Amino acid sequence: MFDSLSDKLQAAFEGLRGQGKLTEKDVERAAREIRLALLEADVNYKVVKEFVDKVKTRALGAEVLQSLTPAQQFVKIVNEELTALMGSASTKLTFSPRPPTVIMVVGLQGSGKTTACGKLAKFLLGEGKSPALVAADVYRPAAIDQLKTLGAQVGVPVYDEGTTSDPVDIAKRGVEWARTKGRDVLIIDTAGRLHIDAKLMDEVARMRSTVKPHNILLVLDAMTGQDAVNVALQFQEKVQFDGVILTKMDGDARGGAALSVRAVTGKPIKFASTGEKLDGFEYFHPDRVASRILGMGDVLTLIEKVERTIDEKKARELEQKLRKSSFTLEDFLEQIQQVRRLGSLSSLLGMIPGLPANKLKGLQVDDRAFDRIQAIIYSMTPEERRHPDIINGSRRRRIAAGSGSDLHAVNQLLNQFKQVQKMMKQLGSGRVPKNPLQMFRNPS
Amino acid sequence: MAHDWSQVFRGISPEAAASARVESQAAEEKPGGWLTQLREGLAKSRRALQQQFASVLFDRFDEELWETIEEALIYADVGVETTASIVAKLEAEADAGLIKDRSGLITRLREITAAHFCQDDPRIDVDHQPAVILMVGVNGTGKTTTIGKIAWHLKELGREPLLVAGDTFRAAAVEQLVEWGRRVGCEVVHQERGGDPGAVVYDGLVAAEARKADVVIIDTAGRLHTQVNLMKELEKVVRVIKKRMPDAPHECLLTIDATTGQNGLIQARMFKEAVNITGVVLTKMDGTAKGGIALAVSHDLGVPIKLIGTGEKLQSLQPFDPLTFASLLFDETLGRV
Ligand SMILES: Nc1nc2c(ncn2[C@@H]2O[C@H](COP(=O)(O)OP(=O)(O)OP(=O)(O)O)[C@@H](O)[C@H]2O)c(=O)[nH]1
Ligand SMILES: [Mg+2]
Repeated sequence: MFDSLSDKLQAAFEGLRGQGKLTEKDVERAAREIRLALLEADVNYKVVKEFVDKVKTRALGAEVLQSLTPAQQFVKIVNEELTALMGSASTKLTFSPRPPTVIMVVGLQGSGKTTACGKLAKFLLGEGKSPALVAADVYRPAAIDQLKTLGAQVGVPVYDEGTTSDPVDIAKRGVEWARTKGRDVLIIDTAGRLHIDAKLMDEVARMRSTVKPHNILLVLDAMTGQDAVNVALQFQEKVQFDGVILTKMDGDARGGAALSVRAVTGKPIKFASTGEKLDGFEYFHPDRVASRILGMGDVLTLIEKVERTIDEKKARELEQKLRKSSFTLEDFLEQIQQVRRLGSLSSLLGMIPGLPANKLKGLQVDDRAFDRIQAIIYSMTPEERRHPDIINGSRRRRIAAGSGSDLHAVNQLLNQFKQVQKMMKQLGSGRVPKNPLQMFRNPS
Repeated sequence: MAHDWSQVFRGISPEAAASARVESQAAEEKPGGWLTQLREGLAKSRRALQQQFASVLFDRFDEELWETIEEALIYADVGVETTASIVAKLEAEADAGLIKDRSGLITRLREITAAHFCQDDPRIDVDHQPAVILMVGVNGTGKTTTIGKIAWHLKELGREPLLVAGDTFRAAAVEQLVEWGRRVGCEVVHQERGGDPGAVVYDGLVAAEARKADVVIIDTAGRLHTQVNLMKELEKVVRVIKKRMPDAPHECLLTIDATTGQNGLIQARMFKEAVNITGVVLTKMDGTAKGGIALAVSHDLGVPIKLIGTGEKLQSLQPFDPLTFASLLFDETLGRV
């Protein structure tokens, strides 16, 4: 997400760097490039126009053009305006002093509401809450089944009345039910609806005035184009939502719709949802994302990710293995899987400051290489994984066939592994950092 | 609007289509929706003709006019590159003196836009025994619903569709397809959730032969094009189909949600790389989104847009017409329709 927008903006800045003085023409050209970058990222064209005009006016001000470092000044202006556009620090949910806190989740069809409800429930469990779900989508075939399955997966009760009741009544009785069950947060999954569907928009408006939710969250697909603004404005008018859950963030969309929605409604993006696994859900940090877009990295998120994903115990075990030089292909596989849980390689690299995404292009970070390696290792017997030395010619051929690759790839992997093993031995005899984070904390 | 559905499916005789008289229903129209827009758009063009003074304003093709056109296209999610290419063509014609006035300009703009679509046969090929249709696309774009709609139309045309629940991943995906099968009145082959999609698909093909179904429509799990493993899984599904029926699938339809922005193009490219997309279904055209990304997708992939989805009912399916689509991108004033 946002990576490619970042590339484009940096290209625009690059053109300005190394120039002692900026002329009006330089600024115009950079502004045009920024305009294109934002449009290609699906930022609404009106929002783009205003943004670019603001940047231009400020950049053409005397203090920038005459400053000693006009290019830096320009980047600073863009940064400030971008942060202003996205909103600054992340905003949390509102919890009612009198439980249950009611959260109503609304949005277009197919934007990912039901999955987001399941993920939000899991997220709240992790925060020490005892959430429950209400199935108020009586229209889409099997929507209730879907929520019930997710509820069971997360371990959270689900209230439903089948498909014959009025959704507003279901929501109302759901709140009562949550209260008697002693659940402190209630998440209402509503049917997907078009913002121009008067009847269904009226239904959510009635639900809102009946159950008086403490939070209304609009679910927005990160891949949405220019129409996001229409959608958000209509939902704003009819239900006054408090914030946005941005879904499908694991795709490669540039996410401009999110910027536009914030700009036209003033409502923050509260959560980012990634992937179909239920734990891909976190608070959205606009300031961090702005800094990532500008190629300034996002170390905070990287550190949080590493801390959450890398298993301390496993890391210590690995260290032991390294010391004893008993690092096997099985450990190698485990390592790959741990790193992959952090996200795609390119997305990780994008978080490291000083490594602007466009500079990484030449590196050819291809996550598919990991898939190939994994496939090859999966095709080995446990014995082979523990003792790669026994992998002779015929075994190699079998592994190549089994993994859908070729002999060359298998040989390459085994050679690489040998090198890694050698390297590990050297490392093992020396000092290995206990915590991978030390790398970031002690820049020496 | 009634469509001649023999023009929509290849392998359906005009007689069958005529006797079925499948009507694309208009009941689901919403104010501001696609169909209403079409009607209002036509009314608007009449009005526009009367307002001749407006054309004086536009008779000078100045920088501002080109910018307005650009904005109209960008607003419709056509994208910067496609917009530039369309506007360049239009500008060249204007410079050559081929376009006289504003109304001529709008007409050419629409024609050029319509011509940007891949012009291949837009019919859905069901001229096989059985014909196999594979439905693929990103999460939530409307695969399962579209399958229900296509099956219903085929059934109305006297065909015997059979649905295969190849989405073994998403919670309640099987139940959802089974419910569509019930509404259409056709059989649904399914297994338990969590199973191998290839195995269900194989079962489905075997069942189709045993039960003399003419059209097999296979649902697949929604997947982001960036998920390499899941894209591989899709390739495997195609291999399984080919093992049983070497010339199948006869159609591999990609659903694209009309609200999708510029990411739609990358989506389509990646799906095309994995499985050979034969056509696109542009869904959710009943909203206010224009679906302009379909232009780039169709042009870039060389694949026609075959159908549009206009609602959540069985009947909410329509053939795609490039010129109508282009007319709905912008009105005479180049404002939003
Ligand atoms: N308004 C409108 N809604 C649609 C249309 N097509 C599908 N939908 C709705 O969009 C949502 C998602 O549709 P599905 O058919 O479940 O989409 P899918 O691609 O099968 O989704 P996954 O299997 O979860 O990836 C549902 O609420 C549908 O009712 C359409 O043309 N117009
Ligand atoms: Mg589906």
